[in-house]
Amino acid sequence: MTLDDISITLVYSAMAVYAIAFIAYAIDLARRSAAATAAADAAAAVPATVGASAVPVAASTRGASASTTSAGVMPPVAAFARGNDGAAVAYGRSPSLRVGVAMTVIAWALHLAADITRGLAAGRVPWANMYEFALTGTLVITTVYLLVLVVSKHDLRFLGTFITGLVLVLLGIATVNFYVSVVPLPPALQSAWLIIHVFVATSATGFLALGFALSVVQLMQARRESMVASAKAVKRSFLATLPDSATLENLAYRVIIIGFILWTFTLMAGAIWAEAAWGRYWGWDTKEVWTFIIWVVYAGYIHARATRGWRGSRSAWLAIIGFSTVLFNFTVVNLFFKGLHAYSGL
Amino acid sequence: MSPRSDPGALSRPDDHIDSPQPSGDASVTQPRLGFVGWIRFAWRQLTSMRTALLLLLLLAIAAVPGSLVPQRSSDPNGVTQYFSDNPDLAPVLDGFQMFDVYTSAWFSAVYLLLFVSLIGCIIPRTKHHFDALRARPPRTPVRLARLGGYTERPLAEGETADAAIERAAADLKRAGYRVERYELRGEPSVSAERGYLRETGNLVFHTALLGVLVTVGIGGGFGFAGQRVVVEGQSFVNTLAAYDSFNPGRFFNDANLDPYKLTLTDLDAVYETENQEALGQPVDFTAEVDIKGRDGEEVVDGQVKVNHPLRVHGTDVYLLGNGYAPTITVRDAEGEVVFTDAIPFLPQDANLTSIGVVKVPDGMPEQLGMIGFLYPTQTTLDSGAYASTYPDLVYPVLTLNVYSGDLGIDGGTPTSVYTLDPSTMEQLTGGKTGVDSIELMPGETQDLPNGLGTVTFEDVTPDGQPDAAAGDYSQSVDRFASFDIHRDPSQGWVLVFAILILAGLLVSLFIPRRRMWVKAARRPDGAVVLEYAGLARGEDPGLDDAVASFADRHGGPAPTDAPETAADPAKPTT
Repeated sequence: MTLDDISITLVYSAMAVYAIAFIAYAIDLARRSAAATAAADAAAAVPATVGASAVPVAASTRGASASTTSAGVMPPVAAFARGNDGAAVAYGRSPSLRVGVAMTVIAWALHLAADITRGLAAGRVPWANMYEFALTGTLVITTVYLLVLVVSKHDLRFLGTFITGLVLVLLGIATVNFYVSVVPLPPALQSAWLIIHVFVATSATGFLALGFALSVVQLMQARRESMVASAKAVKRSFLATLPDSATLENLAYRVIIIGFILWTFTLMAGAIWAEAAWGRYWGWDTKEVWTFIIWVVYAGYIHARATRGWRGSRSAWLAIIGFSTVLFNFTVVNLFFKGLHAYSGL
Repeated sequence: MSPRSDPGALSRPDDHIDSPQPSGDASVTQPRLGFVGWIRFAWRQLTSMRTALLLLLLLAIAAVPGSLVPQRSSDPNGVTQYFSDNPDLAPVLDGFQMFDVYTSAWFSAVYLLLFVSLIGCIIPRTKHHFDALRARPPRTPVRLARLGGYTERPLAEGETADAAIERAAADLKRAGYRVERYELRGEPSVSAERGYLRETGNLVFHTALLGVLVTVGIGGGFGFAGQRVVVEGQSFVNTLAAYDSFNPGRFFNDANLDPYKLTLTDLDAVYETENQEALGQPVDFTAEVDIKGRDGEEVVDGQVKVNHPLRVHGTDVYLLGNGYAPTITVRDAEGEVVFTDAIPFLPQDANLTSIGVVKVPDGMPEQLGMIGFLYPTQTTLDSGAYASTYPDLVYPVLTLNVYSGDLGIDGGTPTSVYTLDPSTMEQLTGGKTGVDSIELMPGETQDLPNGLGTVTFEDVTPDGQPDAAAGDYSQSVDRFASFDIHRDPSQGWVLVFAILILAGLLVSLFIPRRRMWVKAARRPDGAVVLEYAGLARGEDPGLDDAVASFADRHGGPAPTDAPETAADPAKPTT
C-alpha cells in the first residue's frame, strides 16, 4: 500500500465521519425547531415561565465567553430573555450537536492526515492540481470553522450543517471526478510561489465560505425578524434559537474581511509569480480576470456596509454573490475556460 | 444616535463621507440649478459612496465578457479561431470591442469614472483627516451611561477625583490615546481618542490604488516586449531587427535597446522516465546562455529557466517555449549544397510531434518547399499513421512532403517562416502523388524526386559523443528556445504600490478607531464614582473589552456582582 493509497483511504474515512457529523448537525437543527415550537406553546400557556427558564447560552460551558459576556453586540442574555411571540428562544447544546462537533473534529483529523500523506506521497505541497487543491481547500474550510468555534464569543456550531455538507459534497466531487495519481510538478509550477500563492488562496476560500454561510443565515433571520415586526404569523423554526441578523451580519463581516485581505494577497502573489513565469505581472488571463472579479465584488461588499441603504440584506446578497464567484472560479473557470492556469492536470 | 440602540451600529464607519441625509423639503426650497449648480450636483453624485459602489459592481460585471470571449491581448490565435468558427457573430462582437475588453471604451469608462469618484472621495477625506489629526478629542458627553461598554468603579480610598482623572489621562496616553481633560459642573473627566492610523491606512490604500493605475497607464508605455527563437549554438543581438516580433510601449525609443549578444549554448530538457503514470512529462527545461556586452566586456554565463528569468542589461529574458530544430541540407543534382540550416519545428503535442517548413528559394530549377513532420520517438499506429510516443530523442524520424513552384516570397509580402502556401506549387511526394514521402533519420540522405538532388537530415551530435551511427540519437537533433525579452521600468513601482495597498488595507481594517472617557461623577448622595465608557468609530468588536480592561487596570477589578448588570440601564428593553 503506497502513501497515496493510504491518503485516499483516509479521505474516504474522513468523508464517512463528515457524513455522520452532517446527520448529527441536521438532527440538531430539527431539535431547534422543536424547541422553538415548545417555547412558543409554553409562552402561550404561562408567559412568565419562558423568561425564567431561559438559559444564557453564552454563559454556559466556555469560561472565556462567560467572563466577557458583554460582547460587542447584544449579549445573548438579553436576546434570549425576550418571551413575546416570535422572539428568540433559549437553546443550550443538544447531545446531537455535541456529537456533530466531536465527529467534525475526528473527520478533520482524518482529513488532515489524508492531506499530509498525499503531500508526503508527492514529495511536495499537496495543492498542485485540482484534486489536491480541493482536498486542501476543504481541509482549510473545516479548520477555519473549528478555529472560529474556539475563538468566537458566539456559538456558531449551528453552521456545522452547512460546513460539513459543503465539505462532503466538494470532497465527493474531487475524489470522483478530479482524482489524479501523484505526478511530478511541471516546470511552470516549480516555484516557491506555489506554496504561498495557492495556500493563501485556499485559506481565503475557507474564510469566504464561512462568511457565505453566515450571510445566508443572516438573510433568513432578517426575513423572520421582519415578519415578527409586522406581527405576521411566524413559523416556528430553528432560526429562533440563532443569533439575530445584526449579530450574524457583524460576524459575517469580520470573517469576510480576513478572507478579503488573504484574497488581496493571493492576487498580488499571483501577479509576482506571473511576472517570473510568464513575463508579465498582469495579462487578463481568464483566471486573473475572475480573481479580479472576486476581489471587486468583495470590495463592493465592504463598501456596501458603509453605504446608506445597502447595509443588512443587500450587502449579504453581495457576500453570497462573492462566494458564488469563488466557486465559479474554482470549478467552471478551471474546467471549461481556456487560459494559462489550465495545466493543473485537473 | 446612541450606539446601544442599534446592535449593528458598532460596525458602521461613522466618519465616512456619505451623501447627506435626504431632507424632506429639499425639492420645495431648492432653487433652479444653474450650470455650475448642475456641475456641482453631478460631482456630488459621482463622488457619493453609493455611486462608487455601483461603479465597483459595474466594473466586476464589465470584466466578465473578457473571460468568455478570447482576447487579442492574451490569446490572438483564439480570436482568429473565433472569427472562423463564428463568421456572423464575431464582427458584431468586435463592434462592441469584445475582443479587446480591457482596453475598450466602455470598460475604460467604468474604471476611469470609478477613479475620478475615488479622487473626489480621497481629497476631502484627506483634508478632513488632517484636521482631525490636529483637533482635540471632543468634550466628554454628559451621560456616559448611554455609551459603549459603560462601567463604573468606586473612587479609591484616599485619592481625590482630580488625581484619579490625572492618572487615567496618563494611563490612556501611555496606551496610545490622544487625551484632553475637561471639567463640567465640577466633575473632572478625560476624553481620549486613538486609532487615527485607521483612516491613514484607508487613505493610503485608496491612493495606492490610484498609484497602480497611473503607473500601469503611463509607466508601461516606456517598456517593450519582444520574442525571438534561438537554436542551440546560435546567437541573438538585442536590436530591433533581430526580433521575430516586437511590441514597443507608446513612449519606447528603439535607441534605448542595449545591443548585448545572447548565445544559446545548450537547452536541456528533462522528462519523467520512472513514474509510469507520468512517463514523458516535462520535469525541467534549462537554457544555458552566454551574454556578451556591447563593449566587448567579458562573456557572462547565464541560465534561463521557467519561473527563473534572466535579468540582464535592463531586460528580463524568459524561457517560454522550446522544441526541435532539425538541421536539413539540400543539394542540387550536381551535389552542390543549395541550402543548409537548422529549422525550428513547432511542437504540436505533449510528445513533441513537430511541424516545420523548409523553403529553398535559390539554386534549384524551381523554388522548392517542404513540409516536415518530426517524431522524436516514432511509432506506427494501427491506422498506419506515424506518431510520437515520447518527447525525447529515442527514435527520431523526419518525414518531408516536397513541393516545387512559387514560394510566394518574392513579391515582398511578409510570410511566416512556419507556414507554406502550396496553392501555387506542385506536390511531388506524399498525399495523392503516389510517391512516398521522404523519410529520414539523423545522418541519413535521400534523393529528391525527379532527380532534383538530395536532402539530408544532419546528425549534429558533437564530436566524440556516441552519435546516430552508433545507435544513440539523444543529441542528434538541435533544440531551440523561444525567448520572451521584456523591459518594464514601471513594475517595481507597481510592486511598491501593491505593498502599500496591502499595508493600508491591514491597518484600515484591523486598527480600531475609538474614543474613551473617564469621568469622576458625583452621585446625588454626594459619593464620587469613576465612570468609564467608549465609542466605536467604525468596526470595533473589541470596544467593550477594551473599556472593561482599562477600568480594571485603572479602578481595580469590578465588584463581584456581575458587571453586566451595571450596564443594564443603558440596554434597550424591547
